[in-house]
Amino acid sequence: MPVTVSMTVNGKAVSGEVEPRTLLVQFIRENLKLTGTHVGCDTSQCGACVVHIDGTSVKSCTVLAMQAEGSEVNTIESLATNDELHPMQAAFRENHGLQCGFCTPGMVMSAVDLVKENPDPSEQEIREWLEGNICRCTGYHNIVKSIKAGAEAMRS
Amino acid sequence: MTSEGIGASVRRKEDYRFLTGNGHYLDDINRQGQAHASFVRSPHAAAKINGIDISNATNAPGVIAVFTGKDLADDGIGPLICGWAITSKNGDAHNAPAHPALAVDTVRYVGDAVAIVIAETLEQAKDGAEQVAVDYEELPAVASPVGAMSASSPLVHDDAPGNLCYDWEIGDKAETDAAFEKAAHVTHMDIVNNRLIPNAVEPRAAIGEYDVGGDNLTLYTTSQNPHVARLVLSAFNGVAPEHKLRVIAPDVGGGFGSKIFIYAEETVCLWAARKVRQPVKWTAARSESFQTDAHGRDHVSKAELALDADGKFLGLRVNTVANMGAYLSTFATCVPSYLYATLLAGQYTTPAIYCDVQAVFTNTTPVDAYRGAGRPEATFVIERLVEQAAKETGRDPAELRRINMVPVDAFPYQTPVIQQYDCGNYGAALDVALDKADYAGFAQRRSDAEARGKRRGIGFSSYIEACGIAPSAAVGALGGGVGLWESGQIRFNPTGNVTIFTGSHSHGQGHETTFAQIVATRLGVAVENVEVVHGDTDKVMFGMGTYGSRSAAVGGSALCKAADKIVEKGMKIAAHILEASEDDIEFTDGNFTVAGTDKTMSIGEVAFAAYVPHNYPEGVEPGLNETAFYDPLNFSFPAGTHICEVEIDPDTGSVEIVNYTAIDDFGTVINPMIVEGQVHGGVAQGVGQALLEGCVYDDAGQLLTGSFMDYAMPRASTVPSIDVGMTETPSPLNPLGVKGCGEAGAIAAPAATINAVVDALWDLGVRDVPMPATASAVWQTIQSAAQAAE
Repeated sequence: MPVTVSMTVNGKAVSGEVEPRTLLVQFIRENLKLTGTHVGCDTSQCGACVVHIDGTSVKSCTVLAMQAEGSEVNTIESLATNDELHPMQAAFRENHGLQCGFCTPGMVMSAVDLVKENPDPSEQEIREWLEGNICRCTGYHNIVKSIKAGAEAMRS
Repeated sequence: MTSEGIGASVRRKEDYRFLTGNGHYLDDINRQGQAHASFVRSPHAAAKINGIDISNATNAPGVIAVFTGKDLADDGIGPLICGWAITSKNGDAHNAPAHPALAVDTVRYVGDAVAIVIAETLEQAKDGAEQVAVDYEELPAVASPVGAMSASSPLVHDDAPGNLCYDWEIGDKAETDAAFEKAAHVTHMDIVNNRLIPNAVEPRAAIGEYDVGGDNLTLYTTSQNPHVARLVLSAFNGVAPEHKLRVIAPDVGGGFGSKIFIYAEETVCLWAARKVRQPVKWTAARSESFQTDAHGRDHVSKAELALDADGKFLGLRVNTVANMGAYLSTFATCVPSYLYATLLAGQYTTPAIYCDVQAVFTNTTPVDAYRGAGRPEATFVIERLVEQAAKETGRDPAELRRINMVPVDAFPYQTPVIQQYDCGNYGAALDVALDKADYAGFAQRRSDAEARGKRRGIGFSSYIEACGIAPSAAVGALGGGVGLWESGQIRFNPTGNVTIFTGSHSHGQGHETTFAQIVATRLGVAVENVEVVHGDTDKVMFGMGTYGSRSAAVGGSALCKAADKIVEKGMKIAAHILEASEDDIEFTDGNFTVAGTDKTMSIGEVAFAAYVPHNYPEGVEPGLNETAFYDPLNFSFPAGTHICEVEIDPDTGSVEIVNYTAIDDFGTVINPMIVEGQVHGGVAQGVGQALLEGCVYDDAGQLLTGSFMDYAMPRASTVPSIDVGMTETPSPLNPLGVKGCGEAGAIAAPAATINAVVDALWDLGVRDVPMPATASAVWQTIQSAAQAAE
């Protein structure tokens, strides 16, 4: 039995008919066609699907679309404004914090939330925060560097 | 070096779309009228199929069609192939039992596909797949490669006696045995190279699409080599003739080898699209990736190194059992043979080498190339032996390496195992590594650690690899079924900007930037005015794809050749317009100039003249668009030394990497930022193999590490920061002088890491530690050593 869900995504009110078992990430990708949020696993481990729900980073594969009813959801597509990269995105570019790019949206969304909670994270704090984000390409070295630089840019 | 030419760390052109969520990965693509596929897979490692009842599935809501292996066979769709022929010691061709894309009467590993269910939605396809009733009769299974060789082992294929794929050898056995006879010391080791699961973060996916009007098929696929996929799907699987098949590999989210191969799912989706006259899309769930992406490594070796009284290596003797899995994947056979044993000389002058390899079938997922492919296994054998020999003979491990390294004046150096190394300076990389890692200060750091109750160890890995594969004639002589050249096309547009087409494929390597840098340097065009097109068989004329660290050395060289042709033609056009002799025209920094004058034309102006040829030399074709094919003269041989330093808590066995130094010689470096990133990623995979990752099957062939919950991927908190440096001896054999950088980290790191762990524990009586050296494994090893000492 389809249900109707309504929420605000990237500042726009949206609604759609979904099966109750539909995950938030499916609603975002398939109903809203926002394909920047990726699916890399089926056990909520990889973090490629991280979005912000009411300002907090959440793996959108662990949430049913229905659970996000009435929420403010922000995806990777919301970060850049008028083609200008968000400081965290710019830091990833400047520090080569991405290779294939598949884990990148989740990494960036997770990093932005980290800096909100901890404006000046140490290398160790960054590495621990990224526990839920898997990257196979970069060895994390430049992701950590990017987040350090991104945090600094966000502070200033 | 200009600010954006070869040698500059140009920020990547591809990043904006990836950072803003605007990449086009396969699952982001949806075609009009698309249906969704789900595969029915074997839950058993070995079973006879007594029957498949699809009636309930066919009638399930939304289901469009259900197909089994019989339907494929009825349509004449050929089995999946292995494209590299290996000849056994006795002259027999390797054993290659049929590998149907959908199993017909027997399943041979957990995850073996038996049917495809196609439905209007993915959920309906999955629900439908649940309704397919397969009557399995379980058979005994074998998962261990050594177990598969025992006389009592079940047979994976009735037509593969002894489960043997091949029994191959390389090197001179008699000469090697003789070298051991005169040895002052022999180091013996049993070495297991643990089985790995590649786990690119983007799962494999495919969309097959049929155009009824043109009778054309298109396959969207997560491929590292779309033209090879088209060739195989046409010539061997018979899905469509080559000219009626387009293969598109869009943005691909990492490959590491696992996306080279032509798999069952892609083949079946493409075939099924014509059957149902709708696009058919499949995206692997991660659990399917674990079960079906070709795994890597899985070698069991007995290895011996003979040394004389001065520590000079006299001979190396290795026997390796290599697991092929249940069927032969596309290039499976060449990995534990020509990509492995031909590298067993390492960086050393070992005069006599013999290796024999038994490749065996087991009831496990097929095994094929994974980042490094054979070369990590070779390096692990050599570098564990060398380190162990140093310890056994009381020599400094760095010095033992140094006295055995191929000296700088010995290049080109012919090894006893086919390869001829082009150039290198192995001692220079070792020196830089010793300096950067502060080897001199290690003793102090060790005693400081001891005071804190920690065991500290240092380990080396002086590796070599063969990259830039490879000269086509050599490939053919060694059994390869393809040529391994590359193509490049440079098309100036009339307004002076450039579109380049390459047969290489980028899935993280940054070719859109580095290839633009190559062309910018050669032709004096701004990087921002160069667009790189790849991954579409209808756009790029042909190509062999990206693997084996070949894109810059082979694909980049093809672009250099095409650039030379552009300049050659530009000379003629400029000479005509500038009213000078062609011999007097010089081309520098993008300008054609009459020597000694200020008469000049930019290459953009020449391009415009070529497309608007009002004032144009007679006999010269309009247009400025050149193509080139480049067949390499030899492999290239990147090499270097990595040094790993660990601290171990002896009470828990937990290993922490406290320093990691990587000094690599990749020849000319096009974009240092990107090259360093490749090293970081490779080292993380190598450290992952050494400390975390291990694919585990139980005795019944069940995959116990089938998810990210069970298989330990390197995470940000479990891999170290990496100190990267480079030495540079440009390869004399290609126009760029490049050697390849994609695999070095994964090749070097396992030996460096395990050598460090063993060094830390040597005084406790530990002589070896298995990979992955998890806290549990290390703790057990410490306890066993303590018990043995009692």
